[in-house]
Amino acid sequence: MEIWNRHIECMDRQELRRIQGERLRETVERVYFNVPYYRNKMQESGLGPESIHTTDDLHRLPFTTKQDLRDNYPFGLFAVPMSEIVRVHASSGTTGKPTVVGYTRNDIATWSEVMARTLTCAGANRHDFIHVAYGYGLFTGGLGLHYGGEKIGASVIPVSGGNTIRQLQLLVDFGSTVLACTPSYALFLAEAIEDARIKRDDLKLRVGVFGAEPWTENMRREIEEKLRIKAIDIYGLSEVIGPGVASECLVQDGLHISEDQFYPEIIDPVTLEVLPEGKTGELVFTTITKEGLPLIRYRTRDLTTLRYEKCRCGRTLVRMEKCLGRSDDMLIIRGVNLFPSQVESVLLEMSEIKPHYLLIVDRVNNLDTLELQVEVDEEFFQDKISQLQTLRQKIQTNLESSLGLGIRVNLVEPKTLERSEGKSKRVIDKRKL
Amino acid sequence: MIVHQLSVFLENKSGRLTEVLEALGSERIKITALSVADTSEFGILRMIVSDPAKAKELLKERSFTVNLTEVISIMAPNEAKYYAKVLRILSDLDLSIEYTYAFSVGEKSVIILRCSNTEEALKALKDHELDLLKASDLYKL
Repeated sequence: MEIWNRHIECMDRQELRRIQGERLRETVERVYFNVPYYRNKMQESGLGPESIHTTDDLHRLPFTTKQDLRDNYPFGLFAVPMSEIVRVHASSGTTGKPTVVGYTRNDIATWSEVMARTLTCAGANRHDFIHVAYGYGLFTGGLGLHYGGEKIGASVIPVSGGNTIRQLQLLVDFGSTVLACTPSYALFLAEAIEDARIKRDDLKLRVGVFGAEPWTENMRREIEEKLRIKAIDIYGLSEVIGPGVASECLVQDGLHISEDQFYPEIIDPVTLEVLPEGKTGELVFTTITKEGLPLIRYRTRDLTTLRYEKCRCGRTLVRMEKCLGRSDDMLIIRGVNLFPSQVESVLLEMSEIKPHYLLIVDRVNNLDTLELQVEVDEEFFQDKISQLQTLRQKIQTNLESSLGLGIRVNLVEPKTLERSEGKSKRVIDKRKL
Repeated sequence: MIVHQLSVFLENKSGRLTEVLEALGSERIKITALSVADTSEFGILRMIVSDPAKAKELLKERSFTVNLTEVISIMAPNEAKYYAKVLRILSDLDLSIEYTYAFSVGEKSVIILRCSNTEEALKALKDHELDLLKASDLYKL
């Protein structure tokens, strides 16, 4: 099995720890002097750059959350002058404010490096054709895969998302060997291939790198059987860098984190205490080389476990388990992040309804579906069918334009939606993950 | 004349209509007429009942979305041409009918309709000497 950066990926853990400590010290110093937000926060806790010597001191630093990014929208947490920023990406966020991330030239190089490791982990090399069906644009998926693919010298095909018929044609005609997309889209493509009566022998696909949404071992087996490829789980989030934060190798036993760049911790999401190896908790990252947007103890909200023993592939980098869920209420629908509060704020703006609603998420034919049940309000109810249908259409249109997600709206009788004390149940996720 | 019709929002699921009728039955409310308009997801139940205000309260207590709607009731012989005449009068005045339903009692039929302009419709129907039924008469049928 090939390894892109054997020096780092198979490094003695003691040596790795020394490098991490050194890079952490540099990062803390940079954010202290360049990001007022971090300086204030550290001063409030009585900390200075000299307080942090090794990764053992990390727990003394405060956490960073998605809310902090929003509060400092758009560029408030950047640690370099804008003239040093060469790329900006953004992910969807609540009430229209996206989470914005910026990269310096070195950050783009780092990103390409970790994506090169990821693709090599999946067995890809310069002889491969990589079909990138992740979206290109503000979303980090497409360009992340793209740069990594070019870095290893493969032929990258930037197909982006959508237009399934063209996807199939290119897969056949170009003889792509590596497929990169979300796991649900991979299953969708597998069925489209079947429907189009394309013979498996007409495809040269060998491996797929799938991420950006949670998926199960069952889904993996289904993808592997239907497409007859090896399905590799990759992990990343734009705040940390994008795809490339961690990746499975061909052993498929946990995802190797590029911890020379992103230092992971597992915390108890309630007490915020750091948990020992093997315990399940929330994954927290400190970026230790990033220049544009360095983040200290960024809470990913993803729940997982870390394992430090050496992998059969030879890599010594720590492995995280497939993510088991989240410690907040964020949903990932067809790769788009959605908080129930976003739905609520759209409903609150409409005078005809009260924000009593229930979101039902399901997966039909391998695509996520979203249904919203809204209660009909007595004050607004007259007995005309057309009026109710207009209302339903209006809710649907308002939601789609502000969330960027197709949503099916159903009107329901009042008080059919459960009201529990304090917080009522707003989401039912029927997807079997 | 103007009659208060009871309108109830119903989700399209089994047992809901039964619950409405059981609630009304518990207080011995009589139903003169009933019709249901439905789509694939929901429906609207429309009823002429003996005590609309009380019926509304009963259903509200049971968390139904319910309202009283003003509709027009007309009595005419139960032949198609009389129903046609009523509709013609309204359409000649460009008044649109939101919905209508009818039932017959012996040789007579009662036509219930909801119109875009109740006042104007009532006046026109009176001018044509149609037999407009009072609520109190209708509830007794």
